[in-house]
Amino acid sequence: MDKVVANVSVALDGIEDGMTLMLGGFGLCGIPENSILELVKKGKKNLTCISNNAGVDGFGLGLLLESKQIKKMISSYVGENDEFERQMLSGELEVDLIPQGSLAERCRAGGAGIPAFYTPAGFGTEVAEGKEMRTYNGKPHILETALTADFAIVKAWKGDTAGNLIYKASARNFNPLMAMAGKITIAEVEELVPAGTLDPNQIHTPGIFVQRIFQGKAFEKRIEQRTVRKKD
Amino acid sequence: MALDKIGIAKRIAQELRNGWYVNLGIGIPTLVANYIPEGIEVEFQSENGVLGMGPFPFEGEEDADLINAGKQTITTLPGASFFDSAESFAMIRGQHVQLTVLGAMEVSQNGDIANWKIPGKMVKGMGGAMDLVASADNIIVAMMHSNKAGESKLLINCTLPLTGVGCVKKVVTELAVLEIIDGAFHLIERAPGVSVEEIVSKTEGLLIVPEFVPEMQL
Repeated sequence: MDKVVANVSVALDGIEDGMTLMLGGFGLCGIPENSILELVKKGKKNLTCISNNAGVDGFGLGLLLESKQIKKMISSYVGENDEFERQMLSGELEVDLIPQGSLAERCRAGGAGIPAFYTPAGFGTEVAEGKEMRTYNGKPHILETALTADFAIVKAWKGDTAGNLIYKASARNFNPLMAMAGKITIAEVEELVPAGTLDPNQIHTPGIFVQRIFQGKAFEKRIEQRTVRKKD
Repeated sequence: MALDKIGIAKRIAQELRNGWYVNLGIGIPTLVANYIPEGIEVEFQSENGVLGMGPFPFEGEEDADLINAGKQTITTLPGASFFDSAESFAMIRGQHVQLTVLGAMEVSQNGDIANWKIPGKMVKGMGGAMDLVASADNIIVAMMHSNKAGESKLLINCTLPLTGVGCVKKVVTELAVLEIIDGAFHLIERAPGVSVEEIVSKTEGLLIVPEFVPEMQL
């Protein structure tokens, strides 16, 4: 099955004002750079974005914040972004903060057809407010519900025309989970190869979860915290 | 004399046991990796999807696709593995990680911890902290004994929004090692040259002091 679309613009067809999007990545690592730039170009507004972080000023989801296209962010950590802070404090931007493991599992559950699950994370904190509580094995847990999205946009290292994906190193993070949870999942890859080229033993995301795939261009892969050591 | 950050990290490193998988938070906890005792083999887990984290890369060898939970460029050691965020928190929630070390703004005498939010200030989010403290069996907090205003961070009750309840087992500060047992801090060790009186005066929560309090051996 050929999932290839000609370019990023075609890949994002059908994304409309007010939709919910999932965007893979942790910090700036493994984010769908090409798609984010194209979303800015298309200018759709009132988006709900589910992403672990919110980019930085001038890069990643920071760009969609600057163009005021995001109505609500669902994330676990949103530091490193002045524009985000300004919009949040002024009330322009709704923010839902979720423990990182719960966010990951809620995406996984959404893709796996599990409507909700109990987790100990957040019990006794403001995260638990309004949520059902139940004790298992003598330990209190809270009920968290699954997340899905109109579109999930993920970034992979290699992909084939059938939509199978392989991620590189820690750029995997939320991408495989969100790929499962999108009604339509768009994958942008660094290297697109014919089906049959990738070893089926090595596939991280099977093509069944991917509806559209394209080869991204000019990945900047910006580093948020460049830490190095000197050679002796 | 009170310890510096490196001293706190060195003392926590003494808690490491052979074969443990360990998650280190940002700040002082990260330094623990530099002082693994001889003969001890541990593997560091980073919740963004890395097991077997190594030191920072040499200049020019940074890889944008290989970072830790603090978004710093890192390397991996032989035997390392990568995985997605759900699998990463399965390791944490499923108690496959033997030790979690993290910083805190406040800890209470029943083991509550607050480290993610100051009302009225910018909220950056809890990241993975709530998942970590809710599930880890063995949590050590690395922090200073008092805040910048000079107020004790070891309290009867936390005043800031909580990250987790009743979860902290041990606290290492620049002055002391304390264990939390049955709703009280127990003074286990004091930093070299630090008096028990100073620790008592800087601890607001209930503190149990044994007759003899040994000095840390660093």
